[in-house]
Amino acid sequence: MIGYIFKRILQALPVFFGTTLLIYFMVFAMPGDPIVAMFGDRGVNQAVYEQLRAQYHLDQPFIVQYFIYIGGIFQGDFGTSFSGQPVSEVLAATFPVTIRLALMAVFFEMLVGVGVGLVAGLRKGKLFDNSSLVMSLLLISTPVFVIAFVFQFVFAIQLGWAKPTVSGDAGFTELLLPAIVLSTLAVAYIVRLTRSSVIETSGQDFVRTAYGKGLTRSRVVRVHILRNSLIPVVTYLSIDFGVLLVGATVTEGIFNVPGVGRTLYQAIIRGEGPTVVSFVTVMVLIYVAVNLLTDLLYAVLDPRIRYGK
Amino acid sequence: MANNTSGGAMDRPANRNEHYVANLADTAMAEIDAVRISEKPTNLYLDAWRDLRKRPMFYIAGVLIIIAAVAALFPGLFTQTAPNDMCLLANSNGAPTDGHPLGFTRQGCDIYSRIVHGTSTSLSVGLIVTVMTMFIGVVFGALAGFYGKWVDALLSRAGDIFFAIPYILAAVVIMSVFSDYRNVWVISMAIGIFAWPSTARVLRGEILRVKQSDYVMASTALGVSRFKILMRHVLPNSIAPVIAVTTISLAAAIVAEATLSFLGVGLPTSTMSWGNDISQAQVDLRTAPQVLIWPSLALSITALAFIMMGEAIRDALDPKARAQR
Repeated sequence: MIGYIFKRILQALPVFFGTTLLIYFMVFAMPGDPIVAMFGDRGVNQAVYEQLRAQYHLDQPFIVQYFIYIGGIFQGDFGTSFSGQPVSEVLAATFPVTIRLALMAVFFEMLVGVGVGLVAGLRKGKLFDNSSLVMSLLLISTPVFVIAFVFQFVFAIQLGWAKPTVSGDAGFTELLLPAIVLSTLAVAYIVRLTRSSVIETSGQDFVRTAYGKGLTRSRVVRVHILRNSLIPVVTYLSIDFGVLLVGATVTEGIFNVPGVGRTLYQAIIRGEGPTVVSFVTVMVLIYVAVNLLTDLLYAVLDPRIRYGK
Repeated sequence: MANNTSGGAMDRPANRNEHYVANLADTAMAEIDAVRISEKPTNLYLDAWRDLRKRPMFYIAGVLIIIAAVAALFPGLFTQTAPNDMCLLANSNGAPTDGHPLGFTRQGCDIYSRIVHGTSTSLSVGLIVTVMTMFIGVVFGALAGFYGKWVDALLSRAGDIFFAIPYILAAVVIMSVFSDYRNVWVISMAIGIFAWPSTARVLRGEILRVKQSDYVMASTALGVSRFKILMRHVLPNSIAPVIAVTTISLAAAIVAEATLSFLGVGLPTSTMSWGNDISQAQVDLRTAPQVLIWPSLALSITALAFIMMGEAIRDALDPKARAQR
């Protein structure tokens, strides 16, 4: 197990460097001079301009800038955004919000996705199954911003159940609506995943045995079918949690959630290299960690899978 | 025992009386042989095609896709109203009138006409992205899965690098880099260049499985070159799941184009596109929701059609799912 983890971390290293180099290169290639942009319409003094360029290492060649930056990260220095705020502070301010949002969304995914999927799987081919299939297909094919607008319009503006946008401190109740919107796509996938998994498990011999020895239907469903069907679902949920942590640009933008996705999007639009690269670096770290944990979780849930030798 | 159809090669040694075993045509084996020959040839794809034609989902999706394709190629068949002419501000966010069944946008343009004329943008982006992801994904996935070892390590890590960055964000960065050249090709490239790893992964997994088959071992034993085995035997037998995934990812590409346009880094507003129309309609969401609803509906239905088609193909190609039904 330890060897396996070590191997995975070793494999993640080239991915880490490759991804950061790639994003650094793309940000580097973005048009426009960020220092000129900092000063807006007023124009910038030549001496100040030179000094700022040197301060942000913008006068160095691309690859040198990259290594200065990566070197800084290993010393815990994520750089400074062009507004003068340390990027680590921006990260510390935005990540908790996104984590809260992601946890809430995953909770909805579990509750609705597994619940509906289980019932649909047990009543295969019936009305409930077919309508849940149609609903999930509709949700999958609708862009998230359309769902967000519709929810915002219906629940916040028409019915007044929630606030249309989130305030600066992004409290629990305020995040309810964005979290539901965020969970819709994954709910659709989980319904389908749970459904097919339940159908497959229901046909297994051990389920027939369980019925055969006289267990009640509810016990067979709870203990034998549900528990064995959840393995792929849990894997999907953990991967999706990683995706959500990386931030939902569109949903956060529409509901004005001060999280990772919205901040990163604004940084890209403004051409703020250090902020963009730092966020992506943290994202890649999360991505690698979540993937590793998912694989290990898989081994814990399914005794047939063993890593190592 | 008349077996006139069997090959000439079988008969020739018998005529020359050079072997000590009964001629195949004179044994009981001939029956089996004859049956085999008269039966229709079948393979995975023929079976799948037959199965597909029994599915209502296939027909619904097919009809929707054909309608969308015709609207993209010949918008004139669906509407006589030019999308940008006759935009009267007096009609701004107006209700439907005679000849304008869906009403008007904020600029007073006919919504129905704009939807019809926007079809080609969405479909082109979907198609270009799909061809691109399919090409890169198949090359990377096939080489990685088949050759294994360092080739696999190298190509799979390359895929991981592109997979680790969320592709909407990556596309936003690329579109910012090419902010002066925003057109259908550039936006397709921005989406496609980060979308291919999932195709590669699916194919790689499938090839790892197919590679173990007996017929691959037989070809190796016969001395067929590695590359020829890959092209003739392994790839045709492992491409099925890729076809299904690709059809579904076409829908994802259409949605991604709209999302980028919505974020303001998509196609220029002069280009007719559903994403642009949805994006522009959001400011009037409270007073005129219909302006947003119609293009969204067109987008959803088109995406839905491709997803349904992909799922139908996937189920038809999967013998396990076919048996389960």
